[in-house]
Amino acid sequence: MVEYAIQAGILLGLLSLGFFAGRYNERRHRRGLERREAAGGPVLTNLERLPNGAVAVSGWLCMGSVVIASDYFKTFGASLKTLLGGRLKTLETVLERGRREAALRLREQAAADGADMVLNVRFETAIVMRGKNNRPYPAAEVVAYGTGVKLAPT
Amino acid sequence: MLLSNLDHVPGYRVARHLGLVSGNTIRAKHVGRDIMAGLKNLVGGEITGYTELLTEARNEAIGRMVAEAERQGANAVVNVRLSTSAVMAGAAELFAYGTAVVVEPDKTGGAG
Repeated sequence: MVEYAIQAGILLGLLSLGFFAGRYNERRHRRGLERREAAGGPVLTNLERLPNGAVAVSGWLCMGSVVIASDYFKTFGASLKTLLGGRLKTLETVLERGRREAALRLREQAAADGADMVLNVRFETAIVMRGKNNRPYPAAEVVAYGTGVKLAPT
Repeated sequence: MLLSNLDHVPGYRVARHLGLVSGNTIRAKHVGRDIMAGLKNLVGGEITGYTELLTEARNEAIGRMVAEAERQGANAVVNVRLSTSAVMAGAAELFAYGTAVVVEPDKTGGAG
């Protein structure tokens, strides 16, 4: 009886740690993303050619990546939700933040290298952590890459 | 070595195609980083140790691709693609591939 109580206590502790710390981390990350996105920089596009007859004088590969994890509360909630099916909203926000972070790092890298624009931007997502019994944890790597180009003065 | 994920390198003209080149590496995470990652799985957020590990590994995969292109006498790799996959518990494969080419500076201005 005591054992069950202890186990329930641990679970409750982890869930509330996940809930509060996870929410705090997510809010902080979101604020950071919004601030950096507002700062501007080279335009990202997944076109391969420059629009409006613009000419690039040089180009090079640029990358940005992040490994992002879900919190315990979200992971627990999502695993319950998989029994019912439907939309896993909590995990969507994790991947959404991961993509935004990777895109920002790509843009910041391209800006540091002197690019005016990044062409042919691609996103690659992979679940990189697998635990016991090959059970995937919601930790994903997102990489964004493209070709940063310097435009000819018009 | 010039790298691009377009079908050309801006400012250059492709003189010769040398075919597909690729590079890969499989990396396992180590215990110290795993403890931090375990914690991050509780509270959420970026696992900085893994971001660095995979970035380093990806650069190595690209380096191997570049080495293969150099052996073939190329000075650029175009249409570079990257992919990541978890191949077993705690290990990820990073793979980079592209087409090795010989490029010359384009004096005509070239199309973007």
